[in-house]
Amino acid sequence: METNGQNRIKQLYNESSRQILATLIRLLGDFDLAEECMHESFAVALKQWPEQGIPENPVAWLISTGRFKGIDQLRRKGRIIASENLDADISITTSVNLNDQQIRDDQLRLIFTCCHPSLSVEAQLALTLREVCGLTTEEIAQAFISKPATIAQRIVRAKNKIQKNNIPYEIPEAAQINERLRVVLQVIYLVFNEGYTSSTDTSHDQYHLTDVAVRLARKVVDLLPAAEAKGLLALMLLQDSRKRARVDENGDLVTLENQDRSQWNSLQIAEGCSLTLEALSQEEFGTYTLQAAIAAVHAEAPSSETTDWCQIEGLYEVLLRHEPSPVIELNYGVATAMCKGYEIGLEKIEAILARGELQNYRYAHAAKADLLRRLGKKKEAARSYRRALELTLQKKEKRYLEKRIAELSSNEKN
Amino acid sequence: MKYLALVFYQEKIMAEMSQPQWDELNQECMQCVERLRKQSHFIDGNALESIETATTVRVRDGNVTVTDGPFAETKEQLAGYYLLDARDMNEAIQLAAKIPPARYGGVELRPVRELRLNDNSAGGKGKS
Repeated sequence: METNGQNRIKQLYNESSRQILATLIRLLGDFDLAEECMHESFAVALKQWPEQGIPENPVAWLISTGRFKGIDQLRRKGRIIASENLDADISITTSVNLNDQQIRDDQLRLIFTCCHPSLSVEAQLALTLREVCGLTTEEIAQAFISKPATIAQRIVRAKNKIQKNNIPYEIPEAAQINERLRVVLQVIYLVFNEGYTSSTDTSHDQYHLTDVAVRLARKVVDLLPAAEAKGLLALMLLQDSRKRARVDENGDLVTLENQDRSQWNSLQIAEGCSLTLEALSQEEFGTYTLQAAIAAVHAEAPSSETTDWCQIEGLYEVLLRHEPSPVIELNYGVATAMCKGYEIGLEKIEAILARGELQNYRYAHAAKADLLRRLGKKKEAARSYRRALELTLQKKEKRYLEKRIAELSSNEKN
Repeated sequence: MKYLALVFYQEKIMAEMSQPQWDELNQECMQCVERLRKQSHFIDGNALESIETATTVRVRDGNVTVTDGPFAETKEQLAGYYLLDARDMNEAIQLAAKIPPARYGGVELRPVRELRLNDNSAGGKGKS
């Protein structure tokens, strides 16, 4: 019986501690106090539940217990410094609202506050991972190859800024919500990319940041089913679906073209594709949804030869209109090459390179090299691969480019 | 809650405007003040003369030194300030976004610190 209670509490902690924290922050008006009281309420549960049984609504029980602990603390502090915490006193007297919608809204309040635009991106990341995702300072430090003390300080400063600047614990109003959601999604995608780019790098173990990002995006989609939130979740699922195929047994990168598609995760692909369609059917879809749509076209092709490059080219054209950028233009050029012919694509890419913005962008030279290789212009291709190699620091990418250069010169001798 | 909105822009860009353009921007600022005043958000505020007029005063070991120019050379210069009364940071951001020079430079928002007899914030972290 006792272990049953303890297991249930452990499970509740994993599933609901963030939710409880989010509501306690609203009720107590203070991040640190809320966290302390959340832990205290779980401690009380560990003591009481095995004897008295599990309450009917355990989450509500944990929230009210935490709230009482908090009020108690504020009262005690009130005796020491009489005039402080006036605001908190007012919120104590108001009755506690614990309906499901409020609890859901509190989670959104927490997410939007952690991703407030007046906090630095680093602070948004650290705060979101700690408060919303429940990672420890040590785990965050490990994931971002930083010291726990640095991360801890960043979180303290961010909480300080929230308090000093009176950043409200609110869901943004309708007029602001799209812009504010953009910041939230940017934080989630940064977490994902941090996990994704370093997951091929064996030098340090990742704290599954890609999974953390996907879970967080799911939560946002559940709480606020906006098109771009769905689009981002879809994009991450589709990218993550190729995880096993994009590195070979030697740890070398495998390009999309050469990946073993049977290694792709079909469940993630199915979910990613259906989310993409859902997002596209909503009015306000944007760049994440369009990128997801491109990834979906790749994912649905049984082989690289059967990829519908012309559809991809069309999607890039729309994406470029949404977000004019030379990198997207480069990808658009590659899609044109695959749809309409290497020569036409090469012309486009050379024109982009001639403008200068991507002169030091390794993928631009690698893309040019790739098309030259396909056109049989080996010497020129090798020259462009070498330029890309000069600009690359990542070991895996270097090995990939060196292999390509070696292939070209051995073919030349034959 | 009180926030100080510090307005920054590159004086060079303002100098390159024609007189009618510059006057129009100033008129817009006057309207902005009027609007904020009506909404009871405006506590105080002024536009400043250019940094050529700035003088910096320092006191070291009881000696007063006066130097020509602003406290620090920056890419954008302080052009004026608004002392705003806003419910919270979100409202302050919305008010600041409507300050006309925000289109050319930027508006730095800082919560106003109350001076107290004890336990003052923003300093005093060293060992006593």
